[in-house]
Amino acid sequence: MTGPALVLVVTVAVLFATGFDLLMQRSLIRVVVGFMLLGHGANLVLLLAGGAAGAPPLLGGGSARTMADPLPQAMALTAIVITFGVTAFLLAMAYRSRRLLGEDEVQDDVEDRRICAEHHRDEPWDVPPEERDPLEQDEPEGDGA
Amino acid sequence: MLTLVLAYAVVAVAVPWALGRHRRAMACAAAVLPAATAGWAATRAGRGDLTARLDWAPDLGLTIDFRLDALSVLMLLLVGGVGAVVLCYAGWYFERSERLLVGTLVAFAGAMTGLVLADNLLVLYVFWELTTLSSFVLIGVTRPERAEDRRAATQALLMTTAFGLVMLAGFVLLGQAAGTYRISALVADPPGGAAARTGMVLVLLGAFAKSAQVPLHAWLPAAMVAPTPVSAYLHAAAMVKAGVYLVARLAPAFAGDGVWRPLVIGVGLLSLLAGGVIALRQHDLKRLLAYGTISQLGLLMILLGDGTRTAALAGAALLLAHGLFKAPLFLTVGALEHETGTRRADRLSGAWRRMPVLAVAAAAAVASMIGLPPFLGFVAKEAAVEAFAHGGLDAAVLAGVVAGSALTVAYGIRFLYGAFGGAAAARPRDHWGLDGPVVVLAAAGLAVGVVPGALQKAAGPYAGTLAGDAEYKLALWHGLGLPIALSALAVALGVALFLIAGRTFPVRPVRWRILNAQRDYDGVVEAILAGAHAVTKRVQIGSLPVYLGVIGAMVLVVPGTALAAGLVRGQGPDLAAADLRAWDDPVQPVLAVVVIVCALAALRARRRLSAALLLAGTGYATGGLFVAQGGPDLALTLLVVETLSLIMLVLVLRRLPERYPPRRRRLPGRVATGLVSTCLGGFVAVFLVVAALSRDTRPVGPGNTRLAIAEGAGNVVNMIIVEVRALDTLGEIAVLGVTAMGVVGLVTSGRRRPEPSGGEPEGRSRWLATPGTPPLGGSSVLLEVAARLLGPTILVFSLYLLIAGHGRPGGGFVGGLVAGMAFVLRYLPGGRRELATALPVRPSALIGGGLGLAVATGAAGWAGGEFLHGTVWHAALPLAGEIEVPTSLFFDIGVYLLVLGLVLTILTTLGASLEDEDVPDGSERP
Repeated sequence: MTGPALVLVVTVAVLFATGFDLLMQRSLIRVVVGFMLLGHGANLVLLLAGGAAGAPPLLGGGSARTMADPLPQAMALTAIVITFGVTAFLLAMAYRSRRLLGEDEVQDDVEDRRICAEHHRDEPWDVPPEERDPLEQDEPEGDGA
Repeated sequence: MLTLVLAYAVVAVAVPWALGRHRRAMACAAAVLPAATAGWAATRAGRGDLTARLDWAPDLGLTIDFRLDALSVLMLLLVGGVGAVVLCYAGWYFERSERLLVGTLVAFAGAMTGLVLADNLLVLYVFWELTTLSSFVLIGVTRPERAEDRRAATQALLMTTAFGLVMLAGFVLLGQAAGTYRISALVADPPGGAAARTGMVLVLLGAFAKSAQVPLHAWLPAAMVAPTPVSAYLHAAAMVKAGVYLVARLAPAFAGDGVWRPLVIGVGLLSLLAGGVIALRQHDLKRLLAYGTISQLGLLMILLGDGTRTAALAGAALLLAHGLFKAPLFLTVGALEHETGTRRADRLSGAWRRMPVLAVAAAAAVASMIGLPPFLGFVAKEAAVEAFAHGGLDAAVLAGVVAGSALTVAYGIRFLYGAFGGAAAARPRDHWGLDGPVVVLAAAGLAVGVVPGALQKAAGPYAGTLAGDAEYKLALWHGLGLPIALSALAVALGVALFLIAGRTFPVRPVRWRILNAQRDYDGVVEAILAGAHAVTKRVQIGSLPVYLGVIGAMVLVVPGTALAAGLVRGQGPDLAAADLRAWDDPVQPVLAVVVIVCALAALRARRRLSAALLLAGTGYATGGLFVAQGGPDLALTLLVVETLSLIMLVLVLRRLPERYPPRRRRLPGRVATGLVSTCLGGFVAVFLVVAALSRDTRPVGPGNTRLAIAEGAGNVVNMIIVEVRALDTLGEIAVLGVTAMGVVGLVTSGRRRPEPSGGEPEGRSRWLATPGTPPLGGSSVLLEVAARLLGPTILVFSLYLLIAGHGRPGGGFVGGLVAGMAFVLRYLPGGRRELATALPVRPSALIGGGLGLAVATGAAGWAGGEFLHGTVWHAALPLAGEIEVPTSLFFDIGVYLLVLGLVLTILTTLGASLEDEDVPDGSERP
């Protein structure tokens, strides 16, 4: 049972905490920065899942140390590139938000805000009141069906 | 039987499509199939059962079972017979060609046919809902622009589907309790226990709603806005019988249960009496008939739910009789409305003179309804009285039945009086297209009444499955006795009731507060809408940070609490035995401090550019940590990615203000955000340690080393990426391609393609291939020289990384990124013209080509047996000697091209396209 080096664990904690804090901000650039910090943290977690530090997983290197687990490294490698792509996408969104709205801030959903603000309507249907009582109704009818 | 149901589906589409121009021919052609169904059912009457089965997903126990037994025969006679007549009638009733209506009517008939043939609860449910859906369409189809029609259609849909779902829950409970969803097996061996009983009650609720039983009946009178043929067929003859049918189907199994009879008979009696009383107060003839239907359905519930043989015989007779008298009465109203333009009794006068044939036919139907001999209704009523003529509790039921009969007599006469009574002088003008169907149905009621033996033969086998007097037979004349006396009493009472309370149109208004189901329904709908509004208002407040905070808090609350609880209870790993150490390598703490400081500073940064630079610092230091951990490939990739990200950020940031907008969040919000983030970071750290120390199986990763040796690959990580997990990698590069498309779309959409700028900047000695403007302003000879000289070198190095990836650090990902760096270096001093000169290929072509090459390499693997199968080719070249070319190299080339394409896409969009923006202040709006 070899756990990860504690100093790295602390690093992961800081990366996650700062990343998540920035993610919850309103400025989109802060969100992008937070996302990338989270990405670093996640990659580090992946790598640490492979156990303690070791020699690079290259064959024929002749290193005496045990080789580090290559599988988390492979996963982290693709994760890095994907993070890069997603970051580009987020940046493009921030730019577009800036262009359309004049600011790069996360806006509240207008429709949701409208629902919060309005009062519930009393009449769900646009039916004349006299047609709401089937027993007493005096149907304005006679035009044929 | 499956063919029959499918035939309905075909006819429903084909006939309106083929004959849509000729409304009468279309209606008659559509009527052929229901008529044939009824004919087929008639030939099966009194003979044995037929079954059919289609294995749909036998592994899941899903089969489609059909079964034709005596009860199904009766229902098919009703559904097919009345359906055929109503369809013909529709051809003459509508002025326009109603394709959708006729098609849906046929589809409805098909669904109804499937419903009565189904021998599986789930199949039955599907057909049940199909009838609901067609009912929704049929109610609203002719005048969808009227709010009242839409409302009625929606109400019918909501009521029957809501309780349909309740019924489905009941079906599942029953099916699970019985271990089978086959109805015949379930009836033969009914399940017991609380679950089965609950299921039974839920099923009954569904049946009550479908058959419009009080207090779930409001949708039926509301549905009277539908065109008359629809009302006659769905809301009198067929669809509303589905609930009664289901009760009849399950009565042999559950009638002995203590809950069944009180519930069914209680609800039936309530409907019988309440429906009759309300019918007596209507002046709209269709509504009068609708409440009459509710009343009659109540009686059917009583008879078919009673679970005794005589009652079942009476129920079977009334089932048929009701279809044969209520449908023609609806059609009568339709004919009156068609000819006179109104269906209100107070506006109709003297119609009997104008339409004598119709009047006579309607009178015959009413006679059957109120139980006069020799009509079928009389036969049914005699049997009904006989079934409950045993004293005890039955006496109360009997009293109810007689009272209901009296009410039926009263509103029956009221109907005739209202529709045809009054003085008028007009010449007879009968409309045979509309009168014919009424006459046919009324005559059928008479014919079956005169010869009840045929019905006895058809219904006998079903009634025989129930306990009770085995001798009783349906007949016109049973001799003088209690039944005939009570029938006479009911008629006398009914006439008296009519004379007292039923003669005026409209009746004097009375405020009824006890039973106004429409108001209750509206109230429930209102309450649901208000509830939904309230919940939405509280839950969906529209703020993204709050949503994220809730997600984070949930992570802390659920797995976080579990982790903490486990640690407190001492289930965590043994820390004493664990090999805990502060660091593996002395360089780690140094780098960690850099990461932490940069990350915290990025959090506090007030300028966007500082944040970007600090972010890059974090990235580079993390790369260093990767090296220390033993991942040179990772570190290489991360360093290049970090550089590219920084450039990308800077390219975008030049269009944004220098400083962040001031934070508007108040102190509590900031504290909450900080608290959640800090706890989340702590949680991840603790989880990481606990998970790593709790490992009890050997990791699979090192096993890949042996594979790499076998493959002759030196770089295990790259081998995993392009061979072991090649399919994953393929998916990932596809994601990258999609991302690139998204970036292009977001940045360039809604903008005019820029004109190629004219006049070239001149006069400066340049190291670059084309004159241009540096995107970030300023110019640096040093950068230009470096770009010109280093560019090719970097490209060569990237190719080396690509090819070396097989044995040394490198690979497609990092190679592509490094190649991208070469072009970035050309772009920064030279602008987009320089970029275009440096690489005349469009980035999208690179992305597509890379993805195509990777997929093609995978497809070539099929030659070796499977997708992405890899082989190694050996070749001897002059000078170079023997070389090995693994197929995975081509896959890696695909990755290389795609990543290069991604980098260039980002450069051309975030970089070059943004150059065209002269007004970066965001005032531009779409």
